[in-house]
Amino acid sequence: MSLTEDKLIQMYTTMVRIREFETKVEEFFAAGKIPGFVHLYIGEEAVATGTCAVLTDKDYITSTHRGHGHLIAKGGDLKRMMAELFGKKTGYCKGKGGSMHIADVDLGILGANGIVGGGGPIANGAALAAQYRGTDQVAVCFFGDGASNQGTTQEAMNLASAWKLPVVFVNENNGYGISCPTCKSMAVADIADRAAAYDMPGVVVDGNDVVAVYEAVAEAVDRARRGDGPSLIECKTYRWRGHFEGDACTYRDEAEVQSWMAKDPIKRLREKLLEQGILTEDKDREIRDAIARELEAAVAFAEESPLPAPEEVLEDVYA
Amino acid sequence: MPTKTYLQAINEALRQEMERDPDVFIMGEDVGPFGGCFGVTKGLYEQFGEKRVKDTPITESAIIGAATGAAAAGLRPVCEIMFVDFIGVALDQLFNQAAKMRYMFGGKAKIPMVLRTPQGAGIGAAAQHSQSLEAWFAHVPGLKVAMPATPYDAKGLLITAIRDDNPVVFLEHKLLYGLEGDVPDEPYTVPFGKAQVHREGTDVTIVATAKMLHTSLEAADVLAKDGMSAEVIDPRTLVPFDTDTIVESVKKTHGLVVVHEAVKHAGFGAEIAAQVAELAFDYLDGPIVRVAAPFTPVPFSPPLEQAYIPGVDDVVTAVKKIRA
Repeated sequence: MSLTEDKLIQMYTTMVRIREFETKVEEFFAAGKIPGFVHLYIGEEAVATGTCAVLTDKDYITSTHRGHGHLIAKGGDLKRMMAELFGKKTGYCKGKGGSMHIADVDLGILGANGIVGGGGPIANGAALAAQYRGTDQVAVCFFGDGASNQGTTQEAMNLASAWKLPVVFVNENNGYGISCPTCKSMAVADIADRAAAYDMPGVVVDGNDVVAVYEAVAEAVDRARRGDGPSLIECKTYRWRGHFEGDACTYRDEAEVQSWMAKDPIKRLREKLLEQGILTEDKDREIRDAIARELEAAVAFAEESPLPAPEEVLEDVYA
Repeated sequence: MPTKTYLQAINEALRQEMERDPDVFIMGEDVGPFGGCFGVTKGLYEQFGEKRVKDTPITESAIIGAATGAAAAGLRPVCEIMFVDFIGVALDQLFNQAAKMRYMFGGKAKIPMVLRTPQGAGIGAAAQHSQSLEAWFAHVPGLKVAMPATPYDAKGLLITAIRDDNPVVFLEHKLLYGLEGDVPDEPYTVPFGKAQVHREGTDVTIVATAKMLHTSLEAADVLAKDGMSAEVIDPRTLVPFDTDTIVESVKKTHGLVVVHEAVKHAGFGAEIAAQVAELAFDYLDGPIVRVAAPFTPVPFSPPLEQAYIPGVDDVVTAVKKIRA
């Protein structure tokens, strides 16, 4: 599969956009401007980017507590995302959801999710709707290594397989469920092995290689659109930050973090694109400047937007 | 008016809504050719086929999640959980996902799904197949909760539930499936949040749900023989809840007895009692009394089970206690 230069630049841009957004969030969270919890996606950008680059606006995703990257990659608007994180009325959820519940149903984003393993059954439902209507839409369920052990995830994979639903289960294995390393939480080395239990393809990809992710997902999406059912793709990756902002990360050593930072998915793609002449230093600066401006506008929008009025607490409970 | 059973009324509501709207479909355990564990979906598979009457594996989370996702994508799923007791393994998909999506997303999603499930004791099915758990659902903002007590309401409330744009938990009482009553052939709706006064009276208000409505109506007959006039009201839906009808009744009768089959402790009767106490305390001339199951799991052996389920005598005694 050969990716066009435009597609590669687009994926590079998306990864940088995610990284820069998350870096800003880190800053504002530390400054006390963002209430609640945030779980940053820094280091895992290639997974969301490579996956969503295969999808259209009509396709669905279910995301996770570490969801900012998925939303940006699926086309989420940075202004409304940032405003939501600030708890503002102009945010995606009018300040009712925050980091863990950002959704844009019009873009097929059926929500980040505060419950580990919550998304699989819902992704199935969206895929079922596509199958029911005979469209060629697919649903991608992003889930972590922690979620892979939840019963909901296993139930979802079984049903998707039994009904040949157009779902792609994209596992982001970042090595830790909060503080617990995968070697303590599961006996298998590869989560992808579990696909065999459901008679679906299961592949392991380098989750820090956006092109590898794209190619694996493209194949799975083709299969799903053909009506041949779900696939499981395990993307081995790493989160540079803690589980949440404020996590002291006492459970992992600095050498491990450094070794993964050396495998920075953005740096890797950048070097490759520079080497191939697809990207130039000038072009890179242009991309980064544009993202900086976009983020500046998002932050200004978030800061200047009004907070919700207390009486809005009662709105949107029922349709 | 034609006479039908409660079960036939539910079946007819499903059939007519599926005929009316191609987005309505059914899924659940054994709902297909088998016709459902209690026979509620009988004949629907034959009429609508596998696409619209889907047998699922025994995976309640996957069932409710599939309904939630399909509803978010615009369909109108009606899923069945074979016994309400099985909701325990799937509660997250209902109360953290389906119920909250609209609010969490700032009003940007609609989840028009119905979860049908039978509850109630009386067939010797013991502790994991006999509970009445309506209070659990009524405690979750974002869910609507319907509890039909008659064949007429079963059909009309289910049609309303299917047309509603919110997740609705539709609680059927398994001992009422054989109950006969008047049910029009044509489709009709019974509005949510509108209690029904089944018997007018002047001396005491009895609020009763599901099978306890019938127990309470029998009790009202007994009380009438003793010269006491009981008003018997079925709220029909717990969310939304028709406080007004009950408060108005209490203002007239000055007494309230609440009857339900769920355990008394932290049951929905406590909510009804509290609302009346808040809004009509000055009209009460005695304490509010609740008649409900004791705080135990549902027992198996028939004498134990019968001791567990509130009976006519319990309601009569409760009324006499405040009207002595």
